[in-house]
Amino acid sequence: MATIRIGSGAGYSGDRIEPAVELVEKGNIQYLIFECLAERTIAIAQQAKMKDPNAGYDGLLAQRMEAVLPGCKEKGIKIITNMGAANPIAGAQKIKEIAQQLGISDLKIAAVTGDDVVDVVRDGDYTILETGEHLSTIKDNIVSANAYLGTKPIVEALRGGADVIITGRVADPALFMAPLLFEFNWSEEDWDIMGQGTVIGHLLECAGQITGGYFADPGYKDVQGLARLGFPIAQVQEDGTFVITKVPGSGGKVTLATCKEQLLYEIHNPAAYITPDVVADFTGVQFTQIGENEIQVTGGKGQAKTEFLKASIGYVDSYMGEGQISYAGPGAVKRGKLALEIVEERLKLMGVSYQELKLDLIGINSLHGANLSETEHEPYEVRARVTGRTQSMKEAVRIGNEVETLYTNGPAGGGGATKSAKQVVAMVSALVPRSLINYKLHYEVI
Amino acid sequence: MKLRELAHSRTGDKGNISNISVIAHDPAQYPILEKYVTAAVVKEFFAEIVKGDVIRYTLPAIGALNFVLYSALGGGVTRTLSLDAHGKGLSSALMNLEIPLEE
Repeated sequence: MATIRIGSGAGYSGDRIEPAVELVEKGNIQYLIFECLAERTIAIAQQAKMKDPNAGYDGLLAQRMEAVLPGCKEKGIKIITNMGAANPIAGAQKIKEIAQQLGISDLKIAAVTGDDVVDVVRDGDYTILETGEHLSTIKDNIVSANAYLGTKPIVEALRGGADVIITGRVADPALFMAPLLFEFNWSEEDWDIMGQGTVIGHLLECAGQITGGYFADPGYKDVQGLARLGFPIAQVQEDGTFVITKVPGSGGKVTLATCKEQLLYEIHNPAAYITPDVVADFTGVQFTQIGENEIQVTGGKGQAKTEFLKASIGYVDSYMGEGQISYAGPGAVKRGKLALEIVEERLKLMGVSYQELKLDLIGINSLHGANLSETEHEPYEVRARVTGRTQSMKEAVRIGNEVETLYTNGPAGGGGATKSAKQVVAMVSALVPRSLINYKLHYEVI
Repeated sequence: MKLRELAHSRTGDKGNISNISVIAHDPAQYPILEKYVTAAVVKEFFAEIVKGDVIRYTLPAIGALNFVLYSALGGGVTRTLSLDAHGKGLSSALMNLEIPLEE
């Protein structure tokens, strides 16, 4: 086969549905990938699975599959996704159920498991990468631990004839590289081709972020048609050279600038981007415009993979309470400041204990603090925001309540109060030896 | 001159670490970025927000710099009290950096 065309159907779990349908109908693609698993999503999904053993996969799985399965089946497009989250097998069963409802027959669905390493992490006292402390310090609060798997299980599922592959935690680029390893028979120890494959996956994994999403800055970087943004396609040659493009007529644009921004998105050392499959080097990547909305990409390289896999560990960290209220017109800023002072004093008077408290005036200093936000113009309206970290849900709720009571007890003209309280599941990571992690494949067949 | 006139930028997040790319609109102007937008300048600019080190990586092949800002996200995306938990807006803030060049 001369080239493979891979489409990116989602850049995060809540992403738009219809750009993927457009890729199926008009993208002339062979593979459709949905990357839907953010850092914390799997921990929340694990909590859902603990309550209901059939839950724990992505909440939009059914909706996305209903939208694309008939077209994919008709055109022979294979689907790869990490929407399995904490429960890929239940996700595969759900896909089977949807396919049956749609009257689809002759479909093979593979679920990849083995990324769940809670037991491994509990048995060995690994070091938390972010803090240098031992995992034993949060042991009792751990709700999930998932290792980032690589391309191997997905390639095996493709060799096993799977039409749809649903995984839990897998390195995002691996979702896109696996079909290339399968189709082109790339050696998984050809580190340079694996490095170039990582560039392909990295550029595609956030979907619309390379076709003009997360980019527009009117007057400086204009983008047309963001309401009907087209999602990206990589057209890949056997030697790894590829072109990033999108469906003609869709919104957005693919330019040198959109590609450069996405190349460095969430990258630290560009010469050593560590994935389960390779340590990729992006420093030699070259972009060349070869047509309208067509950027050719070459030059990704790599070095041998490491002996460890990163595991992402979710734990119950704390509780968070928040309240907001708005003030407008002359003196709005002073009334907003007074509101914040009152809430802080109330929390003290009422004995609400917190580990951390943040007092913001939205419109003045909520995003970047006082210094960077300094301006001589006084805004017409401000919104006071109080957020606190507590050790119990009860105390978190009281923070929002103390903002809401400003309606009748606070400065003049406070309006639009909102409040919320939630449990905070936070994430840390640790390196686990590869030898302790084994994947498994489970098939559902119609 | 503001950095915005010379470069564009995107923020990414991992845990409590933010990275900010600074990419020359015109690759010919990349040496200006390399000269003036140093790790020390960026650390000073974000003094109120970034509690850890700032490391700069250079990518002359695409006319870009990549800054990695440690302890930059109020304890991390999953536990920060910040309204913008991911620090998505940090790249926009940096566009205000003054570059000592005439317009």
